[in-house]
Amino acid sequence: MSKSWPDSLFDVLLRQKVRQIAYVPDAGHSRLIDLCTANPDMETTVLTTEEDGIALLSGAWLGGDRGVLLMQSSGVGNCVNMLSLLENCRMPFVSLITMRGEWGEFNPWQAPMGLATPDVLTRMNVQVHRVDEPDLAAPTLEAAIAQSYDGMLASAVLLSQRLIGRKDFEAED
Amino acid sequence: MTDNPPLLDRRETVARLLRDRGDLLVVTGLGSATYDVAAAGDDPRNFYLWGAMGGTAALALGLALAQPNRPVVAITGDGDMLMGMGTLATIGAKQPANLSVVVLDNERYGETGAQPTAIAHGVNLTGVARACGLDAPEDIRDMNAVGTLAERLHRTDGPLFANIKIDARDYPRVLPARDGPWLRSRFREAVLGNAP
Repeated sequence: MSKSWPDSLFDVLLRQKVRQIAYVPDAGHSRLIDLCTANPDMETTVLTTEEDGIALLSGAWLGGDRGVLLMQSSGVGNCVNMLSLLENCRMPFVSLITMRGEWGEFNPWQAPMGLATPDVLTRMNVQVHRVDEPDLAAPTLEAAIAQSYDGMLASAVLLSQRLIGRKDFEAED
Repeated sequence: MTDNPPLLDRRETVARLLRDRGDLLVVTGLGSATYDVAAAGDDPRNFYLWGAMGGTAALALGLALAQPNRPVVAITGDGDMLMGMGTLATIGAKQPANLSVVVLDNERYGETGAQPTAIAHGVNLTGVARACGLDAPEDIRDMNAVGTLAERLHRTDGPLFANIKIDARDYPRVLPARDGPWLRSRFREAVLGNAP
């Protein structure tokens, strides 16, 4: 049996020499966060708000580390002005974003940013790559990291809610 | 209320902090903190923010985690620190020993007309930093304490937080380069050599 998509994403992080992971959690990221936290060669930082991750990973890059920011689509709304740091300095940047509010979502408060996330990122000059198929998650992240760090670009990989699995109001996570 | 001594001069304070800077890496918060550090002398190991309000300490944290053997200091104003106050919790959780956060506290939003910040209404950033687990001495009010702080910036036994009470005098702006990609590449070359 092939690896699960979070395990494949973790392999990409290792292969692409990503050393710093910053995150505000989502249930869809929990497996990947666990893998990163357990790796002694990775520096994993839990944030109080997502825009801090943009600044933090810019500092990481200034110090020679590659990073990836993990968040959910609602967090994109918190990031908007801080994205100007990436554009003004042409910082390489990658965010892996779990989409909420778009596929059987139980919580209507997730819907606005779920709908707006691709447009908000695009308007702030972040390249958006959406993934709907589990098998394409890892290759898409790998392409985004390579392109961003080779070309000094900001990019985001959106993992669709259908891919992650619908969040169930009755479930524990 | 007892009489306090005169407040510190921001330019003199920052010049003293950076006088013997050694291999200190410096990140500056938008507005006056950026101008103060530029006035103390440009250096490739300065990274000046012109915006990204609230992000100064977070950027310095990422840098400190990437370069754990070098001292890193964020120098910023109380307005920027208040916006990024959650970062103090993040720093407290990570405990980077090589990171210092220095706040130039005039209790004002200096760039926008000197409106009072929450500090002017009694909020205590040093207390917040302590509650978050940073090593935070009493608010700094004289040049002797600034000199002591300047030495401590080079010791990597932090994370350290220092709030310096400065007067609200408005200095002529000393503008460093605004070309972000150039500042970025210059900084990386100074820290990493010709790293890709």
